[in-house]
This record gives sequence, C-alpha cells and structure tokens, in this order.
Amino acid sequence: MSLRASTSQTIGPYLRIGLEWMVIEDLAPQGVAGERVRIEGRVLDADGRPVNDAAVEIWQANSHGKYASPEDKQDKPLEKGFRGYGRSLTDDAGAFRFRTVKPGPVPGPDGKPQAPHVTVTIFMRGLLKQLQTRIYFPDEPANASDPLLTLVPAERRATLIAARRGDGVLEWNVLLQGKNETVFFDF
Amino acid sequence: MSYRRPYRGTQPDYLFPPYASTVKRAPSHALVLLPHTLSELSAPVFGYGDIKPTDGDLTKQHKADPQGERIVVSGRVLDENGRALPGILIEIWQANAAGRYNHRVDQHDAPIDPNFTGAGRALTDAEGRYRFVTIRPGEYPWRNHHNAWRPAHIHFSLFGPAIVTRLITQMYFPGDPLLEYDPMFTCVPDEKARNRLVSVFDWETTMPEFALGYRFDIVLRGREATPMENRR
Repeated sequence: MSLRASTSQTIGPYLRIGLEWMVIEDLAPQGVAGERVRIEGRVLDADGRPVNDAAVEIWQANSHGKYASPEDKQDKPLEKGFRGYGRSLTDDAGAFRFRTVKPGPVPGPDGKPQAPHVTVTIFMRGLLKQLQTRIYFPDEPANASDPLLTLVPAERRATLIAARRGDGVLEWNVLLQGKNETVFFDF
Repeated sequence: MSYRRPYRGTQPDYLFPPYASTVKRAPSHALVLLPHTLSELSAPVFGYGDIKPTDGDLTKQHKADPQGERIVVSGRVLDENGRALPGILIEIWQANAAGRYNHRVDQHDAPIDPNFTGAGRALTDAEGRYRFVTIRPGEYPWRNHHNAWRPAHIHFSLFGPAIVTRLITQMYFPGDPLLEYDPMFTCVPDEKARNRLVSVFDWETTMPEFALGYRFDIVLRGREATPMENRR
C-alpha cells in the first residue's frame, strides 16, 4: 500500500495553547554526564524584527553520542532522565533558550562520525511547513570534515555554528532572510 | 536508509504571498539537501507517563461543560507504506465554539468560554488509532486581507518515528464554504492533498444522543523502499 504524507499547515499564532504544556528548556537533569552548555538565541524576520510566535525544538544525542531512540542501535551508555528533546517558545524579543550537555559524535551517512551537533526544527506563524537546521559548536576541529556542514557553501557555514559569548553562553540566532540568512535544510 | 521526499505539489512552498505573513518569514535562499543520518532518522519517544488519560477530552477540563456542539474527532495515524504507527503523541489546539482562542493575541470580539481551554493530547494505540472529544470550533476573522475568515479548524501536531516525520497540520470540516477563500488551505497546489486535510463525517464514531463523529486520518512520511524492493 502506498499513501501520500499529509500536508503541512502553519502552526499559526496560537501555538502556546497547544504546545506550552511541554516546554522543555532544561534537557539535562542532574546525573546526566557531559559538558554543560547554555544555548540561547533569537528568531528574526526579513526586517530584523523579533518573531515572538515561534516554536524552536531541538533533538540531540547525549555526551556519549547516543540518542534516546529505538532507532539508535549503538552500544553506548544512555542515562535515565535524558530524552534529548527540547522545546522553547519564543518571547516578545524573539528569544529562545536551552540548558543541555554538549552532544558526543554520532555516525554519519558513511558510518564516519559527524561533528557534535543539535538538530533544530522551527515552526511559526507565516511558515507553511517547518524549517530544519542544525547547531554546531565553536572551536570544534571536527566541523572542518563534518559530512553535512561540508555540503553547505563555505561562506554560509558560519550561520550554523554557535558563537561563545563572554558569559559562556553559546549564542545561535535564526535569521529568516537577508545577507546572513541561516542555512536551512531540505530534509 | 532514508525517508521519502514529498510528492510534487502535496506540500506548500514557504513563500505564498496570498498568505501575507509568509513574505517576511519564508527563507529566500534555496534549501540545502540533507542526507538522512541517525540524527534525522531518530526521534523522542513519548508514553503514558507524559499525558493524562483525560487529556483527550477537551469538554471535561473545567468545572462545567463548555458551550457549543460536542464532537468526536478520531482517526488513524499511518505512514506512507500503510503501516499503523502506535505510540504517536498528538497535540491539538483550537478556538472555542464562538471562534475565539483562549490567548492574549486573539482580540476577536467573541466571548471567551471559561470552561474551554481548547488544548488536548493523546497517544495512538497499537493500531495507530486516536480519539478526542471536543467542541466544534467556530470560524473567525483575521486581518490577512479584506473580509478574511478562517474556516473552522483544529490544529494537529504529531511526532513520528523520526525527526523528518514531524508534522504540524490543520483539520477542516466537510462542506465548509470558507475553504476555497482560505490561503492557508489553497496554498497546497495538489487538490487531492488539500482535500485530505478535510475530515469526513463518520456514522461509525457518531455517538447516539451525544455527539457527531468526524474521522481524520493522518499519514506521516514513510521510509523509502529498499533497493531490492525497487527492482521487483
């Protein structure tokens, strides 16, 4: 039997009603191993105006490079209490925030390790289907040979790499249009 | 291993100027084609620890019954290969019977119903079935263009077995005269795909002396056939 996938529709402006119950901005409770990181950023439209009605969802492996998913058959430790899923709803400044651990490397298309990354799915009013992108980490030598990052035109790769601020927070912004438009993936 | 790409015309483009908000928010660069790695092929797992059994009845979340026509909305969640998907978390939200959302942004001059929040959750069972009891949502005006009205709809959010199967969509009601004027509905080029967003009236789930039933089946992306199957 062959069916066709249902059509995407916009999340609309009232997403909080349906999605707020499961906001998860702290992904790594005590007992989860790894380097603690804070990732913060803003979603900005073509005019640089904050998008205050976006849902930013992240999905990541733990510090050992293991996903809390039955699809991940790797023999690596998985801590109880680590799901690897986060959801932040942007505020009036367009801001979202996560506290988590830096993920370890996970296998790429050919089995070789990918650079540590967080998968990002974004929904908002005015977006008829989700945007898919990734956050990579600064000062990470593996970025240079990452099988996905190297598919991205070199001059746009920086949009996928978080910047370390003075306070230690990793800043990563979503620019929907313009010169520094974030790279989005056709997934 | 990867998931099928969408069939032509069955998904909207990002930019659809009749829906004005897309103009400043649709990406202007071409997307970069992403091979599906473990990061895209995996997804969070949800279970009965995440929701309450009562989350599926939007008419029983407050002291009294909400205003409006009670309805049963149910269906199955399948993948493109026709396989039932069990344990899928579905989140829904909607306007009340008067067409008003319980949200600070909604300034439409219609009454808030103190007995209706308009949010529900359910998990699909072993056969991929889900069921909600709710109130038929009202139509409401929006400022997209002159005299713009949204057809009655319920927002649906689904997690699937993989990040690439994540879906947010809207369910409409059969025979709604507003559908053909709604850019969110008409943004889908393929007419059959568009019409699959419209639920069907269903005698089987209609409950005597209680509520009409509407069926809304949802299909998430399925895995590509293996090369071996392709050759057959």
